[in-house]
Amino acid sequence: MSTPLLKAQSLSRQYGNQLAVNDLSFEIFQGEVLGFLGPNGAGKSTTMKMLSGNLAPNRGQITINGFDLIENPKQAKAHIGYLPEQPPLYKELSVREFLNFCAKINQIPNSNINTAVDTVIERCGLSQVTKRLIAHLSKGYQQRVGIAQAIIHTPSVVILDEPTSGLDPIQIIEIRQLIRDIAAEHSVILSTHILPEVQTLCDRVQIINQGQLLFSDTIGNLSQQMQTSSLLLTLLSPPNIEQLNQFHGVLSVDVLTDTQFRLHYHPDNNPTELLLQQAVTQNWQLQQLTPEQHSLEDVFMKIIQNEPTDNGQAA
Amino acid sequence: MFTLARYELYRLFLSPLAWIILALSQLILAYLFLTHIDYFVQIQAKISAIPGAPGVTELVAIPLLSNAATIFLLITPLVTMRLIAEERRNDSWPLLISAPLSIHQIVLGKYLATFGFFLVLLTLLMLMPLSLLMGSAIDLYMLAASFLGLVLLLASFTAIGLFLSSLTKQPAIAAITTFTSLFLLWIIDWAGNSQADGQDSLFSWLSLLRHFEPMLQGEIHSSDISYYLIIIVTFLLLTIRHLDSERIN
Repeated sequence: MSTPLLKAQSLSRQYGNQLAVNDLSFEIFQGEVLGFLGPNGAGKSTTMKMLSGNLAPNRGQITINGFDLIENPKQAKAHIGYLPEQPPLYKELSVREFLNFCAKINQIPNSNINTAVDTVIERCGLSQVTKRLIAHLSKGYQQRVGIAQAIIHTPSVVILDEPTSGLDPIQIIEIRQLIRDIAAEHSVILSTHILPEVQTLCDRVQIINQGQLLFSDTIGNLSQQMQTSSLLLTLLSPPNIEQLNQFHGVLSVDVLTDTQFRLHYHPDNNPTELLLQQAVTQNWQLQQLTPEQHSLEDVFMKIIQNEPTDNGQAA
Repeated sequence: MFTLARYELYRLFLSPLAWIILALSQLILAYLFLTHIDYFVQIQAKISAIPGAPGVTELVAIPLLSNAATIFLLITPLVTMRLIAEERRNDSWPLLISAPLSIHQIVLGKYLATFGFFLVLLTLLMLMPLSLLMGSAIDLYMLAASFLGLVLLLASFTAIGLFLSSLTKQPAIAAITTFTSLFLLWIIDWAGNSQADGQDSLFSWLSLLRHFEPMLQGEIHSSDISYYLIIIVTFLLLTIRHLDSERIN
């Protein structure tokens, strides 16, 4: 974890007047899986395109394994594998022919090409289809060929742009498994708008919206943010709302229906126990008491909705 | 670069387009070849008495190559249109861009592949006049000069086509613009001709045809060769430049 494999410094990219990516900085280290999370149009794909050298940033610098992507594009590109949203395939070639071609344009020496292609076919589970034309493969297999193409030259960083979009659930599970295998040997940058994908695959998450980095931390810390701080409560004969409000630690009470309430409380003072006692002694007829688990979606929405205003005030 | 050219050529021959173009152009050229021979056989008796009369090279081989140039003008856009425009449309372009290749390697690779295809076409074409060797003597030097002219002409067509294909995402648009540009450069000397006789105007200097005709007559001028080389290099550089700047804008 000493020097970062890929380092992006204050990347900015404009399309006309629209700022797609604004002052984005991050690093990725050896053996890490970094998830890029954001709604559609947040600037994920633009960032991926910049990292892979398909798009030059208007400002900022990208260093891959010590090589600047603008000044030494050839050396830098030799260390990255890129799978865009649409897998870049020559559909008129067979799987093996195509991977041979990819091996060659990635400067793998002739003597190693066969081994490299065999290895990657094995790893991506393509052994059944080596002679089939890519055009005749299912979307899931095409995606595998796309991944194979990205890792054939054993790059240090593999960049995957929404690798599971448009696949059926079984294919999604298979591709995720494949990504996990890849992560054992390569650092992976993954962009997605599917939250559980980040939870299952990534070590570190970066949430980006409107071209800005809103959150960057480990999955563990993200889960902490998901800790519950509200209770769902159903009482058949409820007391006054004020009475509920006066519990130690309760911040506010939402009235959902006549009998249903949501209690927000301070994470340090959980009022559950007190509430139970009171409910029994005062005969509120407790029907339901559920600690609400914040889903990743909630946290995500919270971060996306809150942060822009914060930044707006700061700027 | 050569790897890229080899695979590009291979992919071209995987598509029916290449075979259809080869087959149909051979059909037309063979028919033209036969009509020229037919005509020559008809008038052979009349002109054999005249001293210094045009021979079989002038009456069969050269008109055939001249016709071929026109046919290539029609074919080139169909072959060059797919070069870059189709890669964009199939989303396979990032494959080349994110590979450790420079833009000029990509451009030259694609150029060489297409040029290689046209050399195949030309070789098949040249077999026709060369087959006359079986029954008659032909002026090989004159034929070689015309061949060189045709090679340079095709090389320029390809460079122009490649550039126009790099500008768009739609192969059909690339084809139309290429055809229009080539045709315009072909006929642009009509304006030049009407202006001043004997004097070379800018328009007639620009004409692709004007530099090709002397070579058909067996005259090789270094100015004509440099004209074609300038066209080729200019359009290749424009392509590289355009693709480079595309990443930035």
